[in-house]
Amino acid sequence: MHGPAAKLDIDQAAKRKSKLGVKLFIFYILVYAGFVVIGLVNPDLMGLHVIGKQNLAIVYGFGLIVLAIIMGFIYNAMCTKLENQLNKEEKV
Amino acid sequence: MIYNVSPWAIVIFVSFVALVLGLSFYFARKTKSAAGYYAAGGNIHWGVNGIAFAGDYLSAASFLGICGMIAYSGYDGFLYSIGYLAGWVVALFVVAEPMKRLGKYTFTDALDARFNSKAIKLTAAISTLIVSVFYLIPQMVGAGDLVVPLLGLPHWTGVLIVGSIVIFIVATAGMTSTTYVQFIKGGLLIIFSTILTFYILQNGFTLDPGNNYHKFVKIGALLENHEVVGTTDSSYTFKSAHVIDKKLTFVKLEKQGKLCWFKLSKDSTSLEEMLFITTQADGSKLYNGEPKDAGKFYQVGHLTKIIVDGKEVEKTGPVGPFEFLSTMENTELMRFSKKEIKDEKTTVWFQTLTSGKDMIKPGLLYKISAKAGATIWDKINFVSLMLALFLGTSALPHILIRYYTVSSQRAARKSTIVAIASIGFFYILTLYMGLGSSINGVLDVESSNMSGPLLAKYFGIGIFSIISAIAFATVLGTVSGLIVASSGAIAHDFMDKYLNMKMDDNRKVKAGKYAAFGVGIFAIILGILFKGMNVSFLVGLAFAVAASANLPAIIFLLFWDKTTAKGISWSIVVGIISSVIIILFSPTMYDKYGLDKALAPIPLDNPGIISIPLAVITLIIVSLLTQKDNSTKVENYHND
Repeated sequence: MHGPAAKLDIDQAAKRKSKLGVKLFIFYILVYAGFVVIGLVNPDLMGLHVIGKQNLAIVYGFGLIVLAIIMGFIYNAMCTKLENQLNKEEKV
Repeated sequence: MIYNVSPWAIVIFVSFVALVLGLSFYFARKTKSAAGYYAAGGNIHWGVNGIAFAGDYLSAASFLGICGMIAYSGYDGFLYSIGYLAGWVVALFVVAEPMKRLGKYTFTDALDARFNSKAIKLTAAISTLIVSVFYLIPQMVGAGDLVVPLLGLPHWTGVLIVGSIVIFIVATAGMTSTTYVQFIKGGLLIIFSTILTFYILQNGFTLDPGNNYHKFVKIGALLENHEVVGTTDSSYTFKSAHVIDKKLTFVKLEKQGKLCWFKLSKDSTSLEEMLFITTQADGSKLYNGEPKDAGKFYQVGHLTKIIVDGKEVEKTGPVGPFEFLSTMENTELMRFSKKEIKDEKTTVWFQTLTSGKDMIKPGLLYKISAKAGATIWDKINFVSLMLALFLGTSALPHILIRYYTVSSQRAARKSTIVAIASIGFFYILTLYMGLGSSINGVLDVESSNMSGPLLAKYFGIGIFSIISAIAFATVLGTVSGLIVASSGAIAHDFMDKYLNMKMDDNRKVKAGKYAAFGVGIFAIILGILFKGMNVSFLVGLAFAVAASANLPAIIFLLFWDKTTAKGISWSIVVGIISSVIIILFSPTMYDKYGLDKALAPIPLDNPGIISIPLAVITLIIVSLLTQKDNSTKVENYHND
């Protein structure tokens, strides 16, 4: 048995960060599944214009990529806040 | 295809390789310990590690494979971009921090942290090796494809060059040099892909890809009883007609003593010129009826109609990024589809008129629409691919080991976010680079992988040389990461932990280097054998094996208390065996064996939809049956 390569402090926020991660993951998987389901059930919808002259395939596809980036930033901000709060409380 | 080699291309390429080797020499002197060799000492800055993640991930599959797939099959290639990026969501929200908390050098360490089980050490090491080898094949194939136009060397030479350099990099400095090579390469790839996209938008749309573009001939067809018997053009002599798949008629003609092949048009009134390669009795090949050196095997892909504001135009001039996509919808372009005429030992590529609308929505490659004749298996294949791409990323050993190169869980999370932002931006660019390749007469039908670099060549030899050198460095970096992961599996997981050889730090590093050498040689051989396959498709298979073998084990270890060591081990075994068997008996592999695709016993090209649930079910059942084993597990490594 062995530990990590770098020495890590005990993270009091780990459990709450994990729960937050799972919630965000479930939200994203639902949006992703929506894309796959449209492709399977009614692929013709993908050709419909939804914003300006852009079709659903482009808007949804780009949207999935941009959503992942935005959710990443939100997750990081919330985790950092939790870490600062809970690990500070522990030290006090 | 015959390419003219540019001295500038060679100079830039050699400079890149020299830079990479120089870095390895520099870091080799600093790398003495096992922690330094396998995990870069755990001291890499999260920003550097994030871009290095991008470097690891934006492998040959992303730049070469996805661009090529979009160029030939439109939006269906972009599905890979969407799926590859979505996979990072799993990595960030579920896997990143726990993996950092549990592991030391390898993915096996993390899986085994609670159990100290020999079975986990063995199965996880084997899984790492198999997934890495599946991932190595497309990288080596891509390297071979790159050197053909860049240096004018045959495919196998490229594979050999990459193999040799990578063995050197890994065997000298391990993860530290690999990280910095990936950082530089990942950054440069994103910068120059942005520049290439800028060129594409500035160029806009044009019906004339350039003076050298070949004008394909169309001649009248003579038919009797619905069969082609000749042509209205007296300069051609009719030789034979061949009906393929009951719907395509290919016609062999002769002109001035040279053979040529045409396809009967849909309305059966004309014959359309095709590209073709014929294998002769002595094994040599003729390209469009002449030796390769004659340069008669043309680059293709052109627009036949552009409509702007309801009017047909010859060119548009510069367009914006959104205007590019909306204008693309109002075009028609000529794609080239491949068929074999087996009794003539000839492969032909015939013209397929395609609407721009179809290029920017799914359906050209994955027949998911009932109108296009989609079967239930076509739909299952589509779901299976999307599932494997989504779940595969966070189960790739060479990605997972990068979590051990940073100092903390926070740094692991931050580097993942840098990776998502940079990789996401790059993947949006792939759509422009792929579509740009499809309309500017740059496609080499022999290798879809070269679409991106050849598009760069269309805009100038300078950007082509830089892009190709970066693409080559891309392969170098990714292969280095894979070989570090493989050597870790052999030397650290198998020899040190499973066989309990009790090696000191020095011997552990030495064993890793020998293992890197062995895996490198194996990768070179496979890279030569798999020449000609689309690298993104091959990487899709690696994702499926990783998602089947590794991800159920990782997720259940983190989130299900009843998971046991035997449950994890059996899940890995079932995931590997089921995914590899489905791949070996898939239609694509049957085609690779030279057999009829229709005879493949499993009509699935991507195994994920069967093998991932099988691995999950195995883990649950075996864990429930072996609950008493859990009395010895280490609870304080649990996710809380």
